[in-house]
Amino acid sequence: MDLNKLRQDSEFTWRIPVETPMNVPGILYGDREQMLQMDDKVYEQLRNVTMLPGLVGPVYAMPDAHWGYGFPIGGVAAFDADAGGVVSAGGVGFDISCGVRLLHTGLQAADIEEAKSALADSLYANIPVGVGSEGSISLDPATMHDMLEGGARWAVDQGYGSACDLDRTEERGCISGADPDAVSDRAKKRQRREMGTLGSGNHYLEVQRVAEVFDGPIAAAYGLEPDLLVISIHCGSRGLGHQIGTDYLREMLLAAGDFGLKLPDRELACAPIRSDVGQRYLGAMRAGMNCALANRQIITHLTRAVFHEHFPQAELTMLYDVSHNICKVETHVVDGVPRELYVHRKGATRAFGPGNPDLDESLRDAGQPVLIGGSMGTGSYVLAGTAESEERALSSACHGAGRAMSRRKARKEYGGRQVVDELARRGIVIRSPSLRGVAEEAPLAYKDVNRVVDNADRAGLARKVARLEPVVCIKG
Amino acid sequence: MQDRTWEHFEHDADIGLRASAPTREALFEAMAEALTALVADPEDVRPVESVPIRCEAPDDALLLTDWLNALIYEMATRRMLFGDWSVSIDDHVLDAVARGESVDRARHKPVVEAKGATYTALSVSRDSTGTWHGQCIVDV
Repeated sequence: MDLNKLRQDSEFTWRIPVETPMNVPGILYGDREQMLQMDDKVYEQLRNVTMLPGLVGPVYAMPDAHWGYGFPIGGVAAFDADAGGVVSAGGVGFDISCGVRLLHTGLQAADIEEAKSALADSLYANIPVGVGSEGSISLDPATMHDMLEGGARWAVDQGYGSACDLDRTEERGCISGADPDAVSDRAKKRQRREMGTLGSGNHYLEVQRVAEVFDGPIAAAYGLEPDLLVISIHCGSRGLGHQIGTDYLREMLLAAGDFGLKLPDRELACAPIRSDVGQRYLGAMRAGMNCALANRQIITHLTRAVFHEHFPQAELTMLYDVSHNICKVETHVVDGVPRELYVHRKGATRAFGPGNPDLDESLRDAGQPVLIGGSMGTGSYVLAGTAESEERALSSACHGAGRAMSRRKARKEYGGRQVVDELARRGIVIRSPSLRGVAEEAPLAYKDVNRVVDNADRAGLARKVARLEPVVCIKG
Repeated sequence: MQDRTWEHFEHDADIGLRASAPTREALFEAMAEALTALVADPEDVRPVESVPIRCEAPDDALLLTDWLNALIYEMATRRMLFGDWSVSIDDHVLDAVARGESVDRARHKPVVEAKGATYTALSVSRDSTGTWHGQCIVDV
């Protein structure tokens, strides 16, 4: 990125000053080197977002920001409905409520060393993954409706997991205000056989080892110790969310003129929150979030069954489940006044600090776990929300490493077999239906997650708690 | 058909489709081929089953995303891949038949699902020689 376009506020904070036709400034987080590596498209897209109506405060780009569609991936923007604010289908994206769930196993890395390969085979055989895979659950219209209203709570009621899981899930597993009737028949049809499936692309299920602890007290509160094994599940609302995004992006784009909205980029398609289409989208998007929460809950159940077969002593309990593509209604203090805002996080993770009443009591002292997915070879992180994150970026942090290389380029640079063999040499077992898919997700196709996370920590967006290294990776 | 070309182009997170063709219809067929090529080699897809598709949009660019999204929907719900297309366009109404077969994971080795065709970097145009050009970024 050309840093001459930015004003540096501090070592880790960069500003796009307001100029016509921007309504608010843009703030980007990262050190100089990270900013230099960032695509100029992030600047362009973040600046476009600042032109939308009803914004409150700056719009933000997290340290992993990269070129998205409409919003940059790693973008955060908040709108006030009473000030003409909008909700943007492009600001949420196609993979509504894509997120990460982390489970404890109670096992040590050494416990699975000999059975690692067999465990990988069982996980791969029992958790549908990749193009053309189907779940064993087929939803009829009435059950689909219940799932879209009930989310993970519905899944638990169906026997997929326990009520304890819900305490450690964002929105306690079910966001209110979901409107299944605002979800098209096409979206429902697309989801009918996709419950409990991981999908493809950058989605995965990994068994990970706690490799390093940075903050002992918070790690202890989260139940994380060096060498303990955890399971990370990264996926979203599958075909249902994709179709909701498709349907409403088009409807909002065509309706923009009726609302007098001049969109700097068609992909920023949005509608006033206080409009019929705005309300229907919010209802459909929340149904999409419930679908994602139910999906991750069912995958949790499938994972437990596999672990029970191999390690009957293992108890898979929830650390947390949090989404990174969503618009949520949250109360934030702006200029000393609490305001209800529609906070869009597109490739950004909510990071509530200690004491937040939305957190389960067991997490309230430590702050919200912020789950950061890395690439197959470089590991993932657990961070914690901090009090200062509220002021920095409306309690938001990064969501992953962010791609450094396009899929096309990665495919040219790396062979899938080469990636699998290289990771095997490092003790990481990969199972995937597609070697080309593995090549496109090669570790070096991503930015250095360590730097991204260091920047998030040093910028005050979230505190580093633990680093996780993959041991087994089931890749879509 | 010889003048019909397509390619994938760079996007940080996703993949761009770009094509050129002597007619608007051939352009839309080439973009469909580029879409299939995200997932598998189009030449490996046998035209066993035909699926009719109809789209209507206010302009060519939106018609292109509607077309690609209709294909993505049919691929997802039918668990199919398409390898052959016949497109006719009257004004901004598209009628097409897509031909393909069920995904065979062993033979097709599918790589990635397409989630949706976006409006980013979207364009359909005709140059001074009469050649049609189109591009679109697909979220995968």
